Amino acid sequence: MLEIRNLHACVDGREILKGIDLTIPAGEVHAVMGPNGSGKSTLSYVLAGRDGYKVTEGSVLYRGQDLLAMKTEERACLGLFLAFQNPVEIPGVTGVNFLKTAVNAVRRSRGQSELDAMQFLKLARRKAKELGVGEEMLRRAVNTGFSGGEKKRYEALQMALLEPKFMILDETDSGLDIDALRVVAEAVDSFRSPERAMLVITHYQRILDYIVPDKVHVLAGGRIVQTGGKELAVELESTGYAQFTEQAA
Amino acid sequence: MDGIEQVRSLTDQKYKYGFVTDIEADVAPKGLNEDIIRLISAKKGEPEWLLEWRLRAYKVWLEQTEPNWGKLHYPPIDYQDAYYYSAPKRKDGPKSLADIDPKLLETYEKLGVPLHERAALAGVAVDAVFDSVSVATTYKGKLEELGIIFTSFSEAVKTHPELIRKYLGSVVPYSDNYFATLNSAVFTDGSFVYVPPGVRCPMELSTYFRMNAEKTGQFERTLIVADKGAYVSYLEGCTAPMRDENQLHAAVVELVALDEAEIKYSTVQNWYPGDEQGRGGIYNFVTKRGACRGRASRISWTQVETGSAITWKYPSCILQGDDSVGEFYSVAITNNFQQADTGTKMIHIGRNTRSNIISKGVSAGHADNTYRGLVKVLPKAQGARNRTQCDSLLIGNTCGAHTVPYIESRNSSARIEHEATTSKISEEQLFYARQRGLSEEEAVTLIVNGFCRDVLQHLPMEFAVEAQKLVALSLEGSVG
Ligand SMILES: Nc1ncnc2c1ncn2[C@@H]1O[C@H](COP(=O)(O)OP(=O)(O)OP(=O)(O)O)[C@@H](O)[C@H]1O
Ligand SMILES: [Mg+2]
Repeated sequence: MLEIRNLHACVDGREILKGIDLTIPAGEVHAVMGPNGSGKSTLSYVLAGRDGYKVTEGSVLYRGQDLLAMKTEERACLGLFLAFQNPVEIPGVTGVNFLKTAVNAVRRSRGQSELDAMQFLKLARRKAKELGVGEEMLRRAVNTGFSGGEKKRYEALQMALLEPKFMILDETDSGLDIDALRVVAEAVDSFRSPERAMLVITHYQRILDYIVPDKVHVLAGGRIVQTGGKELAVELESTGYAQFTEQAA
Repeated sequence: MDGIEQVRSLTDQKYKYGFVTDIEADVAPKGLNEDIIRLISAKKGEPEWLLEWRLRAYKVWLEQTEPNWGKLHYPPIDYQDAYYYSAPKRKDGPKSLADIDPKLLETYEKLGVPLHERAALAGVAVDAVFDSVSVATTYKGKLEELGIIFTSFSEAVKTHPELIRKYLGSVVPYSDNYFATLNSAVFTDGSFVYVPPGVRCPMELSTYFRMNAEKTGQFERTLIVADKGAYVSYLEGCTAPMRDENQLHAAVVELVALDEAEIKYSTVQNWYPGDEQGRGGIYNFVTKRGACRGRASRISWTQVETGSAITWKYPSCILQGDDSVGEFYSVAITNNFQQADTGTKMIHIGRNTRSNIISKGVSAGHADNTYRGLVKVLPKAQGARNRTQCDSLLIGNTCGAHTVPYIESRNSSARIEHEATTSKISEEQLFYARQRGLSEEEAVTLIVNGFCRDVLQHLPMEFAVEAQKLVALSLEGSVG
């Protein structure tokens, strides 16, 4: 589903990703862990196509296509979804309005008919309920004044509405309380299917108890320095990253 | 051209008394002088007092100078190089839709203007155009039952001279300011509304229908009077973009609200803004003022300004009656090389008068957007209150936003609050929206509409939808 080859990327002229190789076949969940500032979010931005994140070398194939040649919204319409580490506030724009526009943009690109206000509201209410997102949140401005945990749930809600094929969860577990973590993680896990794949960025192995990964990678200093099975996450919890940061330095 | 030349030579010959009778073709020569004003007045069959009023205005205008305090730049306007009465019919006007600039048609189409209206708006002579003529008549019957007068200004001069005489110039005196004075001298038509005591006008009144039937010129005059306890909501007729080759528009709108009356005046202005290079476009110099003359009366101005090359406009409220309320809700969007200098004046005269101002300015491209507002509290306005909220949103790095609030308070019990913010659409917001599948333009439109929400919600329902579409249209090409 996703094939990253020798990916180098710069931000503000500084190289952050220094040759990433990573292949995630359809149906698999891969976790990425690593110290602060190692480039995890940068990787997610590069994959999603954020302005200012310049790819200097390498290639990314997504569902057989050249991902890096596509616009941000084209990637999104092709089913790439990023749950942000820090979702931005958009004052004045209600969730209903924003999400309906997004859902219809994606539906349009898939050749599906657009949902009208009533149809969308029905869908949004159902999904919100499943994720424990209060209905009044839909009427509020996007992310505006949301608590940290509320923002994370809202990201999960958007994922559920947009039904992506490949999702990147950037520390979706941070900020969620214990019960919310279970609800959100279970919802994400229920998304697993042979046609979908996931990249779960996290600092804690707890979320991986719910979303059991096929592989765990350690990203340090802009490179993947180790890959293992789900037991690697447990191991890291006790050993930390010292060995890798020394290695990378 | 021949026609005009002919007229000119005629008028040159017998300047004093010549062309008034000679002109059958409704063609007056270019330029402005007393004779032109007499001609306008005669053509309209106006009473003597109105002609006198026009002439007085003209004399004052000659002594006035064009204001230059606005943050606006434009080449000098040659007032003698314009037609003040029934400009000659364009001989080379478009014959069919195929002759019209496709870009313009596209705009109408996006706005959902029906095809036959699109043709008319674009200036194509179409027979059997408007069903709305009959709509207007149906309207009229219903309004007449309630005693509401809603007619063209010229008609009102004939049918209700006492009302016109009483209220014309009572809010905006003929000598008020350069553009209003010019309008007073040469106005050709406009609308008149009178709502009798205790009557709530059951429908939104709009010039839209009427203007299709009788094309009014560049100097419109609107007068709306709500008698005691009356209510009316009025929509200014630019629900569809007006294609107009006139460079200068100098309209005057006067509102009068008596005891406990309420007037809501909404405008969605989408006149030709000029092209991407800043060529062409309308200069819109408008004087709009409402007098809350009665106790506990209320006037609210809501405007969405997206068109015109230059906008110079300060809808104001004179809060004379005790407990009266003035409101100003404005969205001004400027793109490319558009310039807008707009705002309001709230003059607190009566006791416990209140005013509320929300101004949202959006600039993109190389545009300049200025909010200029005055809140003035006179000594007797015990307990006056004002709240002003001015927000500016910038798209890109080459546009400007300015806020110029003037506050003059001569009563220590007055409470005046002013809050101003300037923000930019952040790259982060755009990225977030695009990551969800929105195109950059969709994202900008959504964010801008969100920014303007506090104002748009004051528009009548059907207008609000249109205004949102307009926001999208006027920002087209502002990103990417
Ligand atoms: N706009 C920028 N300008 C300069 N440096 C940047 C910019 N954005 C990110 N960086 C740097 O890139 C490096 C990688 O940041 P990134 O956000 O990808 O780390 P991360 O692995 O997600 O960390 P965390 O675990 O704390 O979320 C950091 O050193 C960061 O300071
Ligand atoms: Mg991060």
